[in-house]
Amino acid sequence: MSSDAPNKEACSPANGGCGCSGGTPASGALPPGVVTVEAPAPTTRRNFLFQIGIALNLLAGALISIPLIGFVLSTFIQKFPLQWISLGSLEKFPVGQVRLAQYLNPYRRTWDGETAHIPCWVRRIDEAEFQVFAINCTHLGCPVRWFAESKLFMCPCHGGAFYENGDHAAGPPPRGLFTYEYRVLNGNLEIKGGILPTLANPGNPTEKVKEA
Amino acid sequence: MIANAKKKLIDAGLGVYGWIDDRLHVTEIFEHTAGHHIPKSTSSWFYVFGSATLLCLIIQLVTGTMLALTYVPSGAEAYTTLEYMTYEQPLGWLIRAIHYWGSNFMVAIMILHITQVYLFGAYKYPREITWISGVFLGLITLGLAFTGQVMRFDEDAYWGIGIGASITGRSPVFGAELVQMLLGGPIINSDTLSRFFALHVFVLPGAILAFIALHLRMVLLKGINEWPEPGVLVNRETYDKHYAAIIRREGIPFTPHGIGKDLVAGAIVIIAILGCALIFGPKGPLGPPDPTEIAVHPRPDWAFMWIFAVAALMPEWAEVPAFLIAPPIVIGFLILLPFINNTGEKHWSRRPVAVLSVFAIYLSLGILTWFGITGPWSPPMLAWSGAVTPKDFVVNRTPLELQGLVVFQQKQCRNCHAIDGIGGHRGPDLWNVGDRMTHPQLVRQVIQGGGNMPAYGKNLTPHEVEAVVQYMVSLRPPGNVPALDSAKPAEPPAENRKQAAKEPAHGDRG
Repeated sequence: MSSDAPNKEACSPANGGCGCSGGTPASGALPPGVVTVEAPAPTTRRNFLFQIGIALNLLAGALISIPLIGFVLSTFIQKFPLQWISLGSLEKFPVGQVRLAQYLNPYRRTWDGETAHIPCWVRRIDEAEFQVFAINCTHLGCPVRWFAESKLFMCPCHGGAFYENGDHAAGPPPRGLFTYEYRVLNGNLEIKGGILPTLANPGNPTEKVKEA
Repeated sequence: MIANAKKKLIDAGLGVYGWIDDRLHVTEIFEHTAGHHIPKSTSSWFYVFGSATLLCLIIQLVTGTMLALTYVPSGAEAYTTLEYMTYEQPLGWLIRAIHYWGSNFMVAIMILHITQVYLFGAYKYPREITWISGVFLGLITLGLAFTGQVMRFDEDAYWGIGIGASITGRSPVFGAELVQMLLGGPIINSDTLSRFFALHVFVLPGAILAFIALHLRMVLLKGINEWPEPGVLVNRETYDKHYAAIIRREGIPFTPHGIGKDLVAGAIVIIAILGCALIFGPKGPLGPPDPTEIAVHPRPDWAFMWIFAVAALMPEWAEVPAFLIAPPIVIGFLILLPFINNTGEKHWSRRPVAVLSVFAIYLSLGILTWFGITGPWSPPMLAWSGAVTPKDFVVNRTPLELQGLVVFQQKQCRNCHAIDGIGGHRGPDLWNVGDRMTHPQLVRQVIQGGGNMPAYGKNLTPHEVEAVVQYMVSLRPPGNVPALDSAKPAEPPAENRKQAAKEPAHGDRG
């Protein structure tokens, strides 16, 4: 922009005097807006260096971009397989009842603090049969609460409700509660977890999804 | 003698200025920037919103930097540092409050600015890039407001991220991968907070400064939009000359002759932000971001409340279109607006579609925000144990009906159903349900549910169903008979009277 000083009079004050292109003195004689193009110069050492410089920078830029883009996309690509996590002794879960349990995120960081503790709902149907539900409403992930008297899980955000068996009862959720795969090992209830369940990845490949 | 000294002093001052100007060219910079000429008509109260938004940003940059002196963006420490800032650090609460209110004012004034430039046709030729850069500034500002909520790392922030992840999880093909990328891992944790911190503190502020540079550069290059006149049409061939003529005829330097109202408005904005900060204080933090504390009531800040309401009210089939398809269409339309509508009338009185669309948008966003705040769809979780039943709905009831009332409370029907306005509003108020539904209809509704009500068949004994339905039948305005089955032929009047004489208690409780 410093080069347009000679053409100032050709520019209207409205556009701040910067609308003119070209910087050669000859352009002063041309109507404003007309661009003069110089004939291509023969290859010189200077423009050869310029071209080499551009090429080298493209190469260097591509090289440094690989780790940078890789770093940004790492969580996009990385797989986080579900892991078996203990919810504690079976005695904590009386038959016929629904209880809030919690586990430590298997992918936690040491600086996660309280966010490392993930809650879930355990329903013990009989001695051997369980249902373990994710805390997250299938609509928008808010924590559902169990109401033993009406035997409903209710969501505080948009009024979603689910039956005792996790099926959709009312409100906007598109499906029943997300479930965890479970097993009983050495008197402990274990679930396969480690992700935030969403419609894209409900987190239990063994479950039969029942649409709302 | 004194006059001589004064002259010497002035000369010395001018000399210093001349020396500096010779090196930094400040006079030239001034003439091209703050001193640029604007149409006299734009020195108006309607033109102060842009500079006021910029002022808010400056307040946010200053107070944000101060908050960063203490805030630790880690899952384990963020909440602790927020509490320290709010309750212990000298003036920490006030800096948090100014940052919070500054953000509210920035979003609100920006909305006014967008409305003004839209109604004044400022997006038309030759200010397309001014408008488009403004669209990006608006999006970045909303991005800053959203990520700012997450910085207040409390229970609402935690579950707010969950809402973001659930929306992202509706994306086709790469939904799961995008959720991971948003969260920085498979689950909400410290990595998620760090990601939003980097966006809020580095990426978005950097982007907003770059776009402000472009936005202001365009204002200087293409001029500020003159006050539109009805009948004066924008024409690509003649507009530049027309604008240059306006500047020649009535141009005034923005500084000092055009800036006065901006300065007054700016001072009002600063005092208003400070006043709100002093009177209302900072927002939160609410409870700690502990996912196992599930007795929460997650709500976004006001600027996103309308989205929260849309999420509750729209049918399921509309979710993917509303969450994932509509936003790019709306943003794309805003970017293309100056090309769709590039010339012609600028004055609002000749642009009824523009005026009506502003009304429609303000009205719908306003109503949705109100719904978001009141949340009539959300069950009050404590209504079943806490909501009172007005006396008129208890007296003159049979023992069976009173048992029905107990079942009604005990089974938490009250969380969704109000009686005479008290209780939840998810379902209809039942104060007059006996007037609208017959005994068999009520039995069916309670057992099977439907119309967005859960089925209670498995959860109530036949006796409980009968009791609660008897109570429902008794809920009707004084003097009204119970709802009748319209499919049955009407009974002879004499028998009707006999029937009414048999059960006098129901109709008249008042």
